[in-house]
Amino acid sequence: MSVPVRVRNLEKTFGRYPALKGVSLDVEAGELVALLGPSGSGKTTLLRAIAGLEQPEAGQVLFGGIDAGSLSLRERRIGFVFQQYALFRHMKVFDNIAFGLRARPRASRPPEAAIKARVLELLHLVQLDGLEARYPAQLSGGQRQRVALARALAIEPRVLLLDEPFGALDARVRKDLRKWLRGLHQRTGHTTLFVTHDQDEAFELADRIAILDHGRIEQVGTAAEILGHPATPFIDSFIEGIARREARAREWTKPHAVAGR
Amino acid sequence: MAMSDRVLPLAHTPERATTETAATKAVLIGIAVLFLAAILFLPLVTVFMEALRKGWGTLFESFGDPDTLAAIRLTLLVAAIAVPFNAVVGLAASWAIAKFEFRGKNLLLTLIDLPFSISPVISGLVYVLLFGAHGWLGPWLQHYNIQIIFAVPGIVLATVLVTFPFVARELIPLMQSQGTSEEETALTLGASGWHTFFRVTLPNVKWALLYGVLLCNARAMGEFGAVSVVSGHIRGLTNTMPLHIEILYNEYNFVGAFAVASLLAGLALLTLLAKSFLEWRFAGELAAAARRH
Repeated sequence: MSVPVRVRNLEKTFGRYPALKGVSLDVEAGELVALLGPSGSGKTTLLRAIAGLEQPEAGQVLFGGIDAGSLSLRERRIGFVFQQYALFRHMKVFDNIAFGLRARPRASRPPEAAIKARVLELLHLVQLDGLEARYPAQLSGGQRQRVALARALAIEPRVLLLDEPFGALDARVRKDLRKWLRGLHQRTGHTTLFVTHDQDEAFELADRIAILDHGRIEQVGTAAEILGHPATPFIDSFIEGIARREARAREWTKPHAVAGR
Repeated sequence: MAMSDRVLPLAHTPERATTETAATKAVLIGIAVLFLAAILFLPLVTVFMEALRKGWGTLFESFGDPDTLAAIRLTLLVAAIAVPFNAVVGLAASWAIAKFEFRGKNLLLTLIDLPFSISPVISGLVYVLLFGAHGWLGPWLQHYNIQIIFAVPGIVLATVLVTFPFVARELIPLMQSQGTSEEETALTLGASGWHTFFRVTLPNVKWALLYGVLLCNARAMGEFGAVSVVSGHIRGLTNTMPLHIEILYNEYNFVGAFAVASLLAGLALLTLLAKSFLEWRFAGELAAAARRH
């Protein structure tokens, strides 16, 4: 149940400050795409506009063939994970994950037994078996992040949107979760967009990377494409650190090969 | 570490920057306790002692007075109207201010604080100017035979005005610090606006709301200034407990005055007890709610 996402010429301003200046982006069904850029580049605004949390002044978002502008937030069925997870702090883990299912109108709401089965299945998927009776305050950062993910997956979202998914975690947990998220994506196959300002994270995790600056997408491509042919001087300087590290890694592993770039 | 500090005499002791000497502590705590005893505790004890000076029988006799009973009833009635009203409107105002961006937000915030900054007497006078016989709306009200000033509606209005900030002031900072991401999450998960409000927003502020309501109630029952201006002091009709206390006192009926005063103080103490009980009973939940991610 994953659909391609098409973004067409999105424009959004906050007061006089333009956050998105005609952004277009195609994401294929089941693809994992990173929105990478410095702070203030518009990456989070783009993510929120796709989710329907921001109303763009112009442009279109399409899920498959459907214009998202014609859908209510409920009809969009977006799995959105906030940077600080935004877990419902007064609810136990179980009730957090069950929220989306219980919030459905009576006619389409699954029976409580089915909700329970689904929640336990999701807890197993995010490897938090047995923690359903905890409150969010009793969990570690990495555990909270996975609860937020399970809660988003519970509504069988069309698209999964993650805002700085590892931003609030320490470096070691971050590395583990990155690998784990990649594996989860391979198993569930949701079309996924995630926002990050961390180049390594984007290049290691994503199928393709969209680099934003000042409300525009400067380049979209695979890691190899971007590293091989940086489209603008901004990108060249933005990815410099990674390019250097990649080159060094290549020299280490293949000492006689020419470090090509 | 505290032990080794005491062992080293006059040497450079590695005390924490926040630690004071025992003498300083004793003096500071002593001042605070003395102050509280003189300013708060002693007067409260005096109220109850004066009320009981001629024994329990006289105390209960003064409660049997029809005018006193009427004053108690009126006070409870006014609180029963003003407190729920301020709870609902205060919640709505806090919600709007904390969760949405709109023009005139700062003006609204200032208006909410206004009853705290102006004298209650002025709050009362405003209503006399508006609804009194010679006020702006006076002739119109008289034409339809609606009595607001020197009647119960005026007392309720004055109480609502004076006690409005309690709930809103308690809720706004909390709601602002909690932000909107939980609500946004609920909406993306498919919840309706009302579902989001009752399942996410309201549970997150329920303790602050309760505190606000309790404080609002204490003040609503005790308000004197504004109510005094609009009430007209008609015995058995428009006298609330605080006004009735003053009348009895001015008539040298000290036992009667202090009897009603002790009841009013008792109601206030009950409010505080309820607050403390809730804090104790739900300490764990409160701590969990206060902790941020």
